[in-house]
Formats: sequence, structure tokens, C-alpha cells
Amino acid sequence: MSAVPMRTLQAEDRATVLQVDDLHTVIRTPRGPVRAVDGVSLTLRRGETLGLVGESGSGKSVLGRSIMGLYRSGSTMSVTGRVLFEGRDVQAMQAAELRALWGSGIGMVFQDPLTALNPVKRIGRHLTETLRRHQTISVRQARVRAIELLGLVGIPDPRRRVEQYPHELSGGMRQRVVIAMALANDPALVIADEPTTALDVTVQRQILDLLDDLRTELGLAILLISHNLGVVAGRAERVAVMYGGRIVETAAAGDVFAAPAHPYTGALLAAIPRLADPAHRRLRAIDGTPPDLVSPPVGCRFAPRCPAAQDDCRTAQPVLTDLATEARAGGSGDGVLNAHRAACLHPNLGAEPRPSDQGVR
Amino acid sequence: MAGTGSDHLRAAASALLTVDGLVVEFPAGRGERVHAVSGVSFDLLPGETLGILGESGCGKSSAGRALMQLPPPTSGRVVLQGRELTGLSRRAGREARAAMQMIFQDPISSLNPRRKVRDLVAEGPRMWGRKVDEEEIRDVLAAVGLDLDVVGDRRPHELSGGQCQRLCIARALMLEPTVLICDEPVSSLDVSVQAQILNLLADTKASRELSMVFIAHDVAVVKNVSDRVMVMYLGKVCEVIGADDLVDRGRHPYTRLLLDSVPEVPEVPKASGVDVALPVGPESGAGPAVGVPGELPSPLDPPSGCRFRTRCPLATDRCAAEEPLLREVGAGRYVACHHA
Repeated sequence: MSAVPMRTLQAEDRATVLQVDDLHTVIRTPRGPVRAVDGVSLTLRRGETLGLVGESGSGKSVLGRSIMGLYRSGSTMSVTGRVLFEGRDVQAMQAAELRALWGSGIGMVFQDPLTALNPVKRIGRHLTETLRRHQTISVRQARVRAIELLGLVGIPDPRRRVEQYPHELSGGMRQRVVIAMALANDPALVIADEPTTALDVTVQRQILDLLDDLRTELGLAILLISHNLGVVAGRAERVAVMYGGRIVETAAAGDVFAAPAHPYTGALLAAIPRLADPAHRRLRAIDGTPPDLVSPPVGCRFAPRCPAAQDDCRTAQPVLTDLATEARAGGSGDGVLNAHRAACLHPNLGAEPRPSDQGVR
Repeated sequence: MAGTGSDHLRAAASALLTVDGLVVEFPAGRGERVHAVSGVSFDLLPGETLGILGESGCGKSSAGRALMQLPPPTSGRVVLQGRELTGLSRRAGREARAAMQMIFQDPISSLNPRRKVRDLVAEGPRMWGRKVDEEEIRDVLAAVGLDLDVVGDRRPHELSGGQCQRLCIARALMLEPTVLICDEPVSSLDVSVQAQILNLLADTKASRELSMVFIAHDVAVVKNVSDRVMVMYLGKVCEVIGADDLVDRGRHPYTRLLLDSVPEVPEVPKASGVDVALPVGPESGAGPAVGVPGELPSPLDPPSGCRFRTRCPLATDRCAAEEPLLREVGAGRYVACHHA
């Protein structure tokens, strides 16, 4: 499934849906401020899936929630920088505007479908409630639409399912319901935070396929957050790798996996056991532990664990730099947005760039 | 997949651990029973690692716990070093199974939160009334990559997940087991830490001449650590195969489905060389896999005959009527399927 060519939309369809500029989310804790997201910028266009990869504590979920406006500046945290959703600043919105945004503008799919559903409400009620909150339609119309939505996400016999409770459905079916809820009011963006982590591998594939089909059918933009590089690999056009609250590398998916420039990305790829390798092949573990975001290391945050670290890595903070302009003119895909960037003072440019098979042709 | 049958067992004299006809059932009220494990047999040679692979609900954890008599299996035999473990008295059972130690999925909740690392490590031997000196604790912690001076006085919440799992391994090693049972030991860990723990398990196994039963759902992880892999589905064995043969020669439809579902980073060529061509999903990999509904049948009332038939692309009437037995299809490869 890795070699799926992305069905691409026409250029005029690819309006920017989400733009994040220099976002910082700082959570105040008794131990001191935790810089969970520390200067992240990203862009997401219509019909595109951006894969956000990182280990636990890298800030990927906090980033997702800051984009949603679920995390806002207040007594326990401060969010600075800009999040523009269809040109509107999410962090500047009033409570009423945010409620209108959640559901009809941005849909969210969480990791655990059981806790995302109310155990004492029928499946139909979950859907009709969100439909009637955002649209002026009758109960009867909402019910018809709910059945349509369940059909859209591939639930067999939706007429019977609307009468059931969440516990009567399997994990995969529940996640389909959560996706149906996220799609109920035609959002432009879906944030899927570890959507398949709680599911079995055979079901995981079905859910990822479903999200991908919906993306092409409905022209959705999807932010796919996962700790699993494999999950992101076949589904995302572009990939951003997070470490210690920052994006350390971003490029077209094919480039990131074929020629990782940041040592962290390379180490992460090397640490995964692969089916093609013989049994008992020794894995290349990354020594050490991720940085404590209360007092992150000065300079590059990966430097203490990096085999290629030099003295300047421990003093200067690397910024995301376009690799194409320096070493690989031409790069891949469509210009600036799919450019291969890495935040590393000594990026690994040894590997020849592979022509992208996933970019816009 | 039916997988009853014991053709794959090797000469009893050579095996360290032999499990024969293991059945684990739990009462589910109203006279119903959960059929967690239904007649599973396997054996383990000295120094071997057996990987038990399967999705949630396949009975792999119940099987692992039944080895430890936690709880004792409903029926079947567990023979460790020639000694029958089922039906022993409490005391004799405890003594006999000290040679088997277990590591669990969630390392933090398997440690007493109120005890310090130095006491947690010494807990096992002390329970047997053996004095443990500091040197011994220092050595075993060093063997798993922890420093007594740094972590000795910490409690579990002050350790990371990876450190807790190292500690659990140290605890298991204190009793000098011959068999280590690992139940999803890395599934709650990050990729980079997962690699550290898998390497540690490989080193420990080599240096202490351990045998291992490694239970997990991640195909690539199981392949990496195992010599032999047993694939389970709904309480039955589908296939028993050498780890290096798994990808190219695994031929049970469920094994193929598992292999086909693994999301892998590109650059690795997709597994090919399948013995039988199976219509598992469209070739492109996009779109829902045809003929493979995701619903696991209820273990309260498992399907007749082959338990995988409700999701199997090859299923015929015979599969409903007759349970396939494990049969040898090649050197060291056993499949329980009428059609594979």
C-alpha cells in the first residue's frame, strides 16, 4: 500500500485551508513552563493529507489542539503565533465563533473511539445532535442525513445501527462513527489524532483507506497525526517530523523516507523493525531520552542524542532550511510547498534524492 | 483456522516447555462461556524464542497467562522441564513456575508505586526468603542498563516507560528463570525506546541462555525477535512457521491478511513471492479490502469448523463443516487450512 499514487486534485482546487505561522504553545506547570510547541509553521491545502509524525512528548497532539483552538491563552497556558483557518485567526475567535468552527469548519477524530462517544446515547443521536446544532433542519431530515453519513463511512446496515449504542459496535465500527460525526457538517479540515492507534492492524488499514477515500471524494484537507511512520507513509502527500516541540524535517513523503536529511528522522527510520529484514537483525536504537521541555537543551534539541552532533549544534539553534536551494536544485513536486526542509546544521545530504512519485504532476 | 492438532510438536525429550491441548474458558454469565483459547499446543526448545502473533481477542495473552497458571487453564497440559504444572498444589506450583517469569505490556502498572527501585528488584527472591545484597541488585540493574546509584531510591512514577520496562526485566532476571514470557512488552513504548528494549531482550536471552515466549500483535516486531512464529486467531492456531519464512512462505489466509495490512515505510519492497495468490484487498491497496470484513466473531459463540471462515476469501462449505487440523506443508511449516 506504500506505492499508492496520490489521486491529485486540479491546481485551482488547492486553496490553502490552514496556515500556521510560528505557533508557540507554552503550558504552565508547577515545574515551570513547558514549551510543548515551540515555533511551528505549516500549510495545508484542500485535498491534501499532511502527516505529522513524532514520538510521545514531541508536541504533536498539543499542536493539533492549538490549531483547533481547544488550547488558548489563559491562566494555564499561553498560545502565541497565528493559526489561520480559511483566512480567519482561530486564536482570536470568540467562544461562539469557535463553537461554530468546531464541527462545521474543522472535524476532529480522536484516538480512542469509545471515549469519544457517549455510552448512553444511541449512534443516531450522536449524529443528529451535531447536525441540528450547525444546520437548521428537522429531526426527520437529520435522521435521514445520519443514515446517509453512516453509509458514507462504510457501516453496513446503517438503519439498524442508528438505533444501537456505542458498546454494541466493534472498535473499527465505532471509529467509523466518530469519522461520520467529524464529517457531518462538511468541514474543510479534519484533524485525525492517532486515529488508528487503538485499533487492530487489519482494521487500521480499513480506517486509513476510508479517510483517504473521503479526502479525494470530498476534497478534505487532513492533518494525520501519528507516532507510526508506517501509518503516515502511504497516506500523506507531505510529512512533517516533530521532535521536542519543533518540526525538524518536512518534505514530500517519498523524500522524507527515501533520503532523510535530519539525523533524527534517519534514526527513527532505522529503529523500526522491518518485515523484509531477516529475523534477529539488530535494531539501531536511539540512545538517551527525548528532551525535557521545561528545560530543553540549548541549540539543537536532538544534539544530546545525535551521533553526528558537533560543537556548534550545542550552541546554535537550527532553523528549518530549504535543502533544494543548496544541494538538490530541482527538488521534488510543486515548488515551495513540497520543498525538502530540515532544521539541522549538518544535514545528511549523502543520499541521492529520489524523484518523487507522489507530488503533483 | 482451526488449528487443533499437534503435528507441529517436536520430540518431547528435546523440549523445555510443552503445551498440549490448552483450553482457557471464562464464564460469561447466563451459562455462556468465553472461548478464549480452544485447544492450542506448542513447544519450546532450549534457547528458542517462540513468537505468538495475533490481534486483540485471539487468545494470545490468555494462553501466555495459562502457562503461568494465572489462572490455570480449563484443560490441557503444561509441562516445564518434564514437570506437569497443571494440578499442582499452590506451594508446589509456585516453586515450579519460578523458572518461568513474565513481563507485561504496561510496565508502570505492573510495579508497586509505593516501593523504591532497589526494593522492587529484590522483591522476588525475598519472597522466597533469600537475602539479597546490594551488589546483586547493582549487577542485575547494570545488566538492563540502569544505574543503582541514580535510580535506586526512585519510585516507578519517577521513571520513564522504557526505564520501567528495564526494571521489570531486571525483576524477572533476579529469579534466574529458564523461560521468559513477554506479553506485549514493547507495545506501549515509543519506536526509539522499543528498539532499545528489543535489543536488551536479545542480549539478555543470549547471555543468560533463556528461552522466550514473545506475545505481540506487531508482525515486524514478532518477526524480529522470534525463531518460530505461531499465528493465532480467535483461540486457535492458524499457522506455525519459522520467522524467516513468515513473509515469503506464510500461506494461511489470515497470516496473509495480517502481512498485507501492516503499514510499512516505503523503500522496503512489498512482500511478494506468495505461495498462493489471495484476493486480499485490491492490488493498489486503496479502498476497503474486499471480502475481508473487519468484524471479529464473538468468542462466546465462535463459528463452526474453521473459525476464520467468516472473514476468509477462500472459505467454502467444507470450512463450516470440518475443522482443519495443523498439517505440515514444508520443512517446519504447519498450516491449519483446507485450502492454503
